[in-house]
Amino acid sequence: MNAAVAELHAKDMHAKSPRIALVGNPNCGKTALFNQLTGSRQKVANYAGVTVERKEGRLTGPSGRQYAVLDLPGAYSLNAASLDEAVTRDLIRGFYPGEPAPDLLVCVVDATNLRLHLRFVLELRAQGKPMLVALNMADAARRRGIAIDVEALQRELGIPVVETVAVQRGGADALVRQLEASVAMPHEALPGLPADADLHAEVRRLLSLAVSMPRRTAAIDDALDRWLLNPVVGLLVLGLVMFLIFQAVYAWATPLMDLIDAGTAWFGGAVSNAMPEGPLRSLLVDGIIAGTGGVIVFLPQILILFAFILALEESGYLPRAAFLLDRSMAAAGLSGRSFIPLLSSFACAVPGIMSTRSIQDPRDRIATILVAPLMTCSARLPVYALLIGAFIPARKVGLLGMNVFNLQGLVLFALYAAGVLSALAVAWLMKKWRRDKSEHALLLELPSYRIPHPRDLLIGLWERAMIFLKRVGGIILALTILLWFLLSFPGAPAGAAGPVIDYSFAGRIGHAMTAVFAPIGFNWQICIALIPGLAAREVVVSSLATVYALSVSDDAAAQALSPLISSGWSVATALSLLVWFIYAPGCISTLATIKRETGSWQKVVVATVYLFALAYAASFVTYQVAVAMGAG
Amino acid sequence: MTLTELARRKPAIVEAVEDRAPNDPIARRLRELGFVAGEEVEVVASGPLGAEPLLVQVGFTRFALRRAEAARVRLRSFGSGA
Repeated sequence: MNAAVAELHAKDMHAKSPRIALVGNPNCGKTALFNQLTGSRQKVANYAGVTVERKEGRLTGPSGRQYAVLDLPGAYSLNAASLDEAVTRDLIRGFYPGEPAPDLLVCVVDATNLRLHLRFVLELRAQGKPMLVALNMADAARRRGIAIDVEALQRELGIPVVETVAVQRGGADALVRQLEASVAMPHEALPGLPADADLHAEVRRLLSLAVSMPRRTAAIDDALDRWLLNPVVGLLVLGLVMFLIFQAVYAWATPLMDLIDAGTAWFGGAVSNAMPEGPLRSLLVDGIIAGTGGVIVFLPQILILFAFILALEESGYLPRAAFLLDRSMAAAGLSGRSFIPLLSSFACAVPGIMSTRSIQDPRDRIATILVAPLMTCSARLPVYALLIGAFIPARKVGLLGMNVFNLQGLVLFALYAAGVLSALAVAWLMKKWRRDKSEHALLLELPSYRIPHPRDLLIGLWERAMIFLKRVGGIILALTILLWFLLSFPGAPAGAAGPVIDYSFAGRIGHAMTAVFAPIGFNWQICIALIPGLAAREVVVSSLATVYALSVSDDAAAQALSPLISSGWSVATALSLLVWFIYAPGCISTLATIKRETGSWQKVVVATVYLFALAYAASFVTYQVAVAMGAG
Repeated sequence: MTLTELARRKPAIVEAVEDRAPNDPIARRLRELGFVAGEEVEVVASGPLGAEPLLVQVGFTRFALRRAEAARVRLRSFGSGA
């Protein structure tokens, strides 16, 4: 066979590789099994037209045959109650546009939770598609003394049943062998139950025939829940966990971030030395390298945050946190499920908004997306650090003569608190004004506690990192180039007296903007810096540095930004800018993510307008009060 | 009696899940999750504020239900139970 024919043959094989779909209830260990089957050969994207995650991977059987494995969103039933479930339903029936019907369904069930999961098996079986059952977490079932007669279950269901342990090397080998056999076998329709059959009664019959269970729940779950869901201890533990995450995000990430900063500076310097002076060098060094470096620097924080969130998710603790907080968050017009997206937004609103996919009620989801930008993201920290360092004295303050609090730390805390309180207020207002007052459902399963598997954590982290770099990287890169252009062109006319930046587009825009921003105390330099701040908030700091560097002739003064602004700005202006950044309207990547996740420009406009209005109003009050008190 | 009135850690038997509206999706989902006649349920814990949500054991699974959801689950009165 010559090479061309071999390639044709390979293509043919590829086109014909059977499609396997993993289906199952949420928390059945389906994704771990998917990771076990496909390893790192996965592709994560969205289903056409919706923001439901689509995961596909490849599996090579012992026979050498290739399979395409699809990890369908978890579902309790084919009567879809959420977008995820609707995708699963349509795909199984072969109705999903652009997705061929799977050749074989692998229904994954948790061996410790068969009362719930077998009902879904029966519902799926009634679809009459070729299928087999993966009895997952067989090891956990054995440890709990649960005896399952696989033979009897297989006979009664009329479909093959295979035990799997998704978190153990080789734990899916039996499944792969059965998979090859099932695909090779011609499919015959099953003599199913009558259409009006009581699935619950059938499940009870199956359980009594094939399963013996010493107790209904794991003893360890009962013990943990007794403490972790306790109104006092549970909330304390939750507070401690959150404190630990924040400490880790800010403390552990710093050395890595310094390293990235140094690397970017070194790389910029190297490129700068290697190239002749000119617009191309300026674009590469000041624009592209500095701009993308300014974004990648946040990757360590985001990865650490996501490592914690993934570990908490895998361990089963997150639904417990949602349980503890649901009542308080519902009062503000959110839901317990909003907790994680809002927590993530403290690192960056982009992954935060992306993780709202787990909120099933569309109204709760939109409310969460719209208030997520109010959580103080890590990109605002450089701005806060600059302004607090320059304007707030580093002295101890306290009550009753006990001066234990650092004033700078208190201001930082107040800025974070103001963000959270504003978010609750905005969510509450949205709830008041919402026309659709129908009931919001919680119906949240609290699964068994599990020890997270490192492989699943690593794959999850890798996916998030790629999503972050691709999405944010693209937008930031484009805007950095645009900003560089605005700041550099047109050049000053020959014989011009003032600084070059005054003649650039950005300089003119900055001067024009002062008409609007003077009442809140912003000078034209701040106005210019706000424009690139639209791309990424932390860029405001470097932009201020650039603006001041280009607008003063004294090079030495431009070296250190902090003394320059502390002598040049009034305290009122500094406070006003700090307050502005609580709301920080318009980080373009956040707005782009809102568009992506809601599919609606109207939501983007609503978010932009309300954030801008809040920022302006709050800064106006801050500035005017400060001036009236003599800080102008 | 409904699930909201059930004392903690006191097993009871489900009589039915009632629709609050025609074709109530929440009631339907509750039935799919195993809240069906004859099934044993137990309130295991409740949230820190206003005893909401309730943590309910049904079958081998635990669900957090808001009070409005739990109120749809009618229980067998004593004596007529299993």
